[in-house]
Amino acid sequence: MLTELLDILSFQGGYNTSVVLLGSALLGMAGGVIGVFSLLRKRALISDAISHATLPGITLGFLVALALTGTGKSLPFLMAGATISGILGVLLVQWIKDNTRLPEDSAIGTVLSSFFGLGVVLMSYIQTLRDGSQAGLESYLLGSTASMLQSEAEMIAIFALVITLAAIIFLKEFGLVCFDPDYAASRGWSVSKLDLLMMALLLAVVVIGLKTVGLILIIALVIIPPVTARFWTDRLGLMVGISAFTGGISCFLGAGLSALTPDFPSGATIVLTATTLFLLSLFLAPRRGVLATGLQQIFFRYRISRRRALLDLGQGRPLFSPLLVLSLKREGTLDSHGHITKSGHQKIKQMMRDQDLWNQYLTDYPEEAFAQKDWSLAMISDVLSPDLINELEERLQRQQKVTV
Amino acid sequence: MIAKLLRLQPRHSLSTDEARSAPLAIEGLSVAYHHKPVVWDLSFVAPAQGLVAVVGPNGAGKSTFIKAALGLIPKLSGEITVYGKSVASQRHLIGYVPQRGSVDWDFPASALDVVTMGLYGKIGWLRPVRKAHRATAMGYLEQVGMADFADRQIGQLSGGQQQRVFLARALAQDAALYFMDEPFVGVDAATERAIVNVLKDLKDQGKTVICVHHDLQSAPDYFDHALILNIRPVASGPMAETFTAENLQHAYGGRLAPSELSGLIPLAGQ
Repeated sequence: MLTELLDILSFQGGYNTSVVLLGSALLGMAGGVIGVFSLLRKRALISDAISHATLPGITLGFLVALALTGTGKSLPFLMAGATISGILGVLLVQWIKDNTRLPEDSAIGTVLSSFFGLGVVLMSYIQTLRDGSQAGLESYLLGSTASMLQSEAEMIAIFALVITLAAIIFLKEFGLVCFDPDYAASRGWSVSKLDLLMMALLLAVVVIGLKTVGLILIIALVIIPPVTARFWTDRLGLMVGISAFTGGISCFLGAGLSALTPDFPSGATIVLTATTLFLLSLFLAPRRGVLATGLQQIFFRYRISRRRALLDLGQGRPLFSPLLVLSLKREGTLDSHGHITKSGHQKIKQMMRDQDLWNQYLTDYPEEAFAQKDWSLAMISDVLSPDLINELEERLQRQQKVTV
Repeated sequence: MIAKLLRLQPRHSLSTDEARSAPLAIEGLSVAYHHKPVVWDLSFVAPAQGLVAVVGPNGAGKSTFIKAALGLIPKLSGEITVYGKSVASQRHLIGYVPQRGSVDWDFPASALDVVTMGLYGKIGWLRPVRKAHRATAMGYLEQVGMADFADRQIGQLSGGQQQRVFLARALAQDAALYFMDEPFVGVDAATERAIVNVLKDLKDQGKTVICVHHDLQSAPDYFDHALILNIRPVASGPMAETFTAENLQHAYGGRLAPSELSGLIPLAGQ
């Protein structure tokens, strides 16, 4: 089983399978890239409305193709139908949001379920037709790469590549609009046009991904990779890169697994692969991951106790925690007899000065200090700007003169 | 067309020479949200070279006035010109510091990234940000005393530091007319001084700053002109003539206690 999987993943599972895998990987990459922007624009859920809204279009496209060409399963007709009803869905969400008091999530929920309901009815009607070609139409619900033709996979690959490139070319503009649309508009950037372009790229990913991932699960393709990427970086460019990689590798592995077990819908295997990467990031990512946050919590408690201990030593108070004494000995603040070393005195003096400055800050700017999560935990020079520290120092000196 | 026909206000024309060359000239501006007027029949000419405080009680339409002047929200009526031409054609001359609370500070960007956004106009469509641009942006971060924080994710900055980053971004635009929406809210005294210094520099360079300001106490110290607003304009002009007990009482009504007023007015003469 494993060797078979490795064969498939190393492009030895036949030409057709290889093209399908490559197309899927590129699709995942495109979803990951455009997903970053819809997540940061806080529009991630709209992709769910788009994908569900495509179903009536797919079924109508099938019926039109059947009437015109004699066979319903013609990819161009299905894609065109999906695109048109996807656009209608988005417009309807927008219209409801603009003209009623309903919030966006209610509008999305309403449109999503109504379009999907209509689609299911039309699909059931198609099943009753005495035509052999309707078999496999339900693969658009959960995705199936097993039945994918080579030409379909090639088309998906090309479109995915174009979408990815377009999104990367507009990285600077998209980023600006996502971060601060009002500012972007004040500079003369057309926010509505850039939003429209983002929406069009999102729609394009959904439509070309229908066959591979299926309309029920395709939202995962544009949400899980960017959310995963956010765990690893604080930079937009890197986030786009990591998200593209996550999406690409998820689709590649997921489609490979599905090729091995053709009875599993490929949408499900792809989403589960992406979820695995998400869970790994959730726990293991540095700084933002659960494990790192837990470690930070422990380190943070140690830092407070150490600060407390240095201040206690400075005021001639005894230390009660043997663990803390041990660690102060190891860092050289105390010698083996528990006396303060020369460098220890230095550290204590520095820490007491730092605490005085923090206390001064709390006295002078209580509101700012409360809002500051680092208050008195980190060294003040790591947190506050130099001009503010100078000011605190001056005031501290003046006060000390008064008390003397 | 229909909007023009239906407009109840007479069509204002900006004919005086002063208005034609002013950094910002507004005639008969009205804005409404959901059938409720928020700014009503506002006319205002900003001085060339000067710092204008826009003051007024909560809900007086101060932010709305700025957003409408920038063309960010639709207006019911009124004419707005910037240095004699339409706002849309003069955007390269306009700098904007939005309210700090208007953006998501968890956004994946560093302080330097945000300042670099001020240069996007110069960089142009689809061109990437280069090293030289980042170096330029760094200079503006230094100007507001934030060079040490350039690489920090913006959510890790204090409120005052975030405000300085916004200010540096506006400076990077190298505009002639600046709009600032409550830059002094929730900042420490060092940031307040840094902002005041930047304002003075801008004025010395011959620029005009229009700044929503909530603190009546400091307004006469920091600004030399005032626009007092309570949906309709109450008064505008040089600080000494505008910032009077009568005008403030008129704008704030019962919301300003007489004791507060008497504390304020001696400042106005300075």
